[in-house]
Amino acid sequence: MAVRRLHPDQPHDFSFTPENLAWANETIAKYPPGKQASAIIPLLWRAQEQSNGWLPEPALRYVADMLDVAYIRAYEVATFYTMFQLSPVGAKAHVQVCGTTPCQLRGAEGLIEVCKRRISEHPHTLSEDGQFSWEEVECLGVCANAPMVQIFKDTYEDLTPESLDKILGAFARGSAPKSGSQIGRKTSEPEGAPTSLVDPELYDGSTVGSWRARFPELRDGAPAGDAPASDKSEG
Amino acid sequence: MPKDLIIDGKAITVEDGITLLQACELAGAEIPRFCYHERLSIAGNCRMCLVEVQGSPKPIASCAMGVNDLPPNRDNTPKVISTRSATVKKAREGVMEFLLINHPLDCPICDQGGECDLQDQSMGYGAGGSRFAENKRAVEEKYLGPLIKTSMNRCIHCTRCVRFMTEIAGVEELGAIGRGEDMEITTYLERGILSEMSANVNDLCPVGALTHRPWAHNARPWELRKTESIDVMDAVGSAIRIDCRGREVMRILPRNNDAVNEEWISDKTRHVADGLRTQRLDQPYVRKDGRLVPATWEDALAAVAERIGATKPDRMAAIAGPLAGAEEMFALKDLFGRLGASNIDCREDGAKIDPGVGRAGYLFNATIAGIESADVILLIGTNPRIEAAVLNVRIRKRWRQGGLTVGVIGEQADIGYPYDYLGAGGQTLRELADGKHAFAEKLAAAQAPLVIVGAAALARADGRAVLAAAARIAKAASAGKDASVACFNVLHTAASRVAGLDLGFVPKKPATTGVANIVAAAEGGELDVLFLLGSDDIDTARLGKTFVVYQGSHGDAGAHRADVIFPAAAYPEKSATYVNTEGRAQMTARAAFPPGDAREDWTIIRALSPLVGQTLPYDSLPALRAAMYKVAPQLAALDRVTPSSGDALDALAGSKGAVKDEPFSSAVTDFYLTNPIARASAVMAEMSALKAAAGKAKAGLSAAE
Repeated sequence: MAVRRLHPDQPHDFSFTPENLAWANETIAKYPPGKQASAIIPLLWRAQEQSNGWLPEPALRYVADMLDVAYIRAYEVATFYTMFQLSPVGAKAHVQVCGTTPCQLRGAEGLIEVCKRRISEHPHTLSEDGQFSWEEVECLGVCANAPMVQIFKDTYEDLTPESLDKILGAFARGSAPKSGSQIGRKTSEPEGAPTSLVDPELYDGSTVGSWRARFPELRDGAPAGDAPASDKSEG
Repeated sequence: MPKDLIIDGKAITVEDGITLLQACELAGAEIPRFCYHERLSIAGNCRMCLVEVQGSPKPIASCAMGVNDLPPNRDNTPKVISTRSATVKKAREGVMEFLLINHPLDCPICDQGGECDLQDQSMGYGAGGSRFAENKRAVEEKYLGPLIKTSMNRCIHCTRCVRFMTEIAGVEELGAIGRGEDMEITTYLERGILSEMSANVNDLCPVGALTHRPWAHNARPWELRKTESIDVMDAVGSAIRIDCRGREVMRILPRNNDAVNEEWISDKTRHVADGLRTQRLDQPYVRKDGRLVPATWEDALAAVAERIGATKPDRMAAIAGPLAGAEEMFALKDLFGRLGASNIDCREDGAKIDPGVGRAGYLFNATIAGIESADVILLIGTNPRIEAAVLNVRIRKRWRQGGLTVGVIGEQADIGYPYDYLGAGGQTLRELADGKHAFAEKLAAAQAPLVIVGAAALARADGRAVLAAAARIAKAASAGKDASVACFNVLHTAASRVAGLDLGFVPKKPATTGVANIVAAAEGGELDVLFLLGSDDIDTARLGKTFVVYQGSHGDAGAHRADVIFPAAAYPEKSATYVNTEGRAQMTARAAFPPGDAREDWTIIRALSPLVGQTLPYDSLPALRAAMYKVAPQLAALDRVTPSSGDALDALAGSKGAVKDEPFSSAVTDFYLTNPIARASAVMAEMSALKAAAGKAKAGLSAAE
């Protein structure tokens, strides 16, 4: 992570759209009186969404004024959390490449090379056409399907430089590529066939749940909870 | 419930609720620390204060561990704490090594060198060499205003500065941006800090990241001669330490005085030091053919003596300015008295205070420390943030503890804490005095209400009525409560004022005399000699053809108008008594010598006395003081507040007069330029310009909206 600074070119001002303003007032009302400042993260996040994925400086002041906190407090929050983008991001795709150990071991550096080649040499810099940007992020919690990237709210997993290249190509064409694993596995299932817990005895009742055999009334598979209930109805 | 602990083998019983660090200090152990500070909230982020606690697998940060969280052992023996074990030493050495990883090795060029916590503690816990071969981090410089010089590579992120500005000063401008290794202390978009207390962060900084810009690279702490003294920039009387090299005042630092300033001083108190070097009057002057020409002491004294000798006593007057010490006021009053002249006044601003009613009528009776037990405060015609910044910090401290209601009649300014705005002018005050205002109920319901009247409210034409109304409010609010005198408080802005009133440096016939009348008489040609004892804030253009003698330290308005100038010592150059707004007599000490031919004030008046045929009977400061203490014995009780009787309040409350409707204003318009020394200071001028520019930008912004 590098030192985070506000972008040199900033829009003149910022204000919420009527819908977002209504939403913001609702959000502020969720907090107890006097604790409105707690709404700063959701509001900044919404401001970022409204400003095409990045947080301009006037938005910091706008939200700070709205919550009656000092500007420096909003500035602290915005620079502390890396989910707040302080410089403009690509309109078609902002690629967040996970570079934490599991992804790195599985080839994240190759993905970063793709980003450098296709988008820009440096992270947080727009591509020449202004449609793409990228950054390296810490773990996004998809370690089982490493390496991965996140683009806006979707993750793209089990990547190779080639498949990432293809995904970025799809974004460039304006189509929405399939999210999730790119090698066809379902969620984080084992790749190919399962390699553990494959013994069929685990599932036929002879090992797991064999205690049921000692209780005749459960042998038929009736749930244990039913027995006292039926007693009661007889009484 | 007191708590038993064994600290370094010493059994100790400490009170409930303190931290382990405080307990260790009570047991005599020295705990190194960077982020912890008694008067700030606890951050616990430097980890330097690690100690070993029996039963805890890891060392514990003692600043953030309450003794309440240390139950006795199962066999009911007290917990054993070690602050000197090998584990503790190793842990602290580890912390120190981490702190030094990114700390530059620039002590030889660092202004903090010699008084640096990091330097000192690395002597105890630092390793001889570094195991860190990588590059140190580099942090961009930050601009935090003209008073704070930054060198952010040195910052160890203790956040003391951020906590001070947020909690004590009440100006949320400093913050820590980024995180982890990239954390940086800055203001929003690097605006300069605009607070009257901002330079205290430089004292708090345990390393050289924030140092004093005006003194940058001027002196090393070990080559300075330190003198403990008292500040005179406002009527609070903060305890200061004056550091001199040779005959030059290099810097002014706060001293701890829990009764007055705790350990803070305002920016003006601190950075007025450069004003002591410029615009100084270093030789006598006599006006010849309309121009002031340098003269010898003999000529100047003779010129004045000749003039006084040729003048009838009732055509002479004297005004004492805000920085005059009690000694010179006493000597001047004595001399005028012996000459038969009684037209003297220390109320330069024209405050309608009659010292005859009693001391309680013009003091801050609650005392500054007493603010901490108040629960409702009414401010009348005062902006304590700029009139007495250190006292305002005390009010804010009380507000932070919760349960304080503040009401303001006067200017609607940002004073650092929220308040009920009652109204701008006299009408609100009248309603409140008659008990018709809703706030009167709050005052009546309060356990310890405080009514604070500002100096500007008393300087109005209806000042006496304002004082009477405030006394009535205070009496009504404090009826049937303890310490009813403490409810009534006057907040002065001039350091000399209370001593002047104590000494009776006021005209005998208040109806015909007083500062306004003195000026009017001078303009009308009814006054022949006017003696200005450091008084510059009167309308000097209106003095007509009067022969004006100016005795003071700086070439300001008074000296420009003067016909004879007596160069005198400024406050760090003399031992003088000042009585602060609480009535606490405090004595300054001489830290340096006055420049050139300038002399201590009382000696000038003493030298003048034989020439006018009225030799003053004291040849030394102790002899003068002995005579002075006979007139005002309370001045002898140094550093104490003598309780005063409440009769003065009854007399005040009974006095008549109607408060006019016009709005109240503050006695101070520009915090940075309130007296001749501050006006001579380049640093104060820069701060004043910065504040004006910020005010203009803000006004422009709201106009655009």
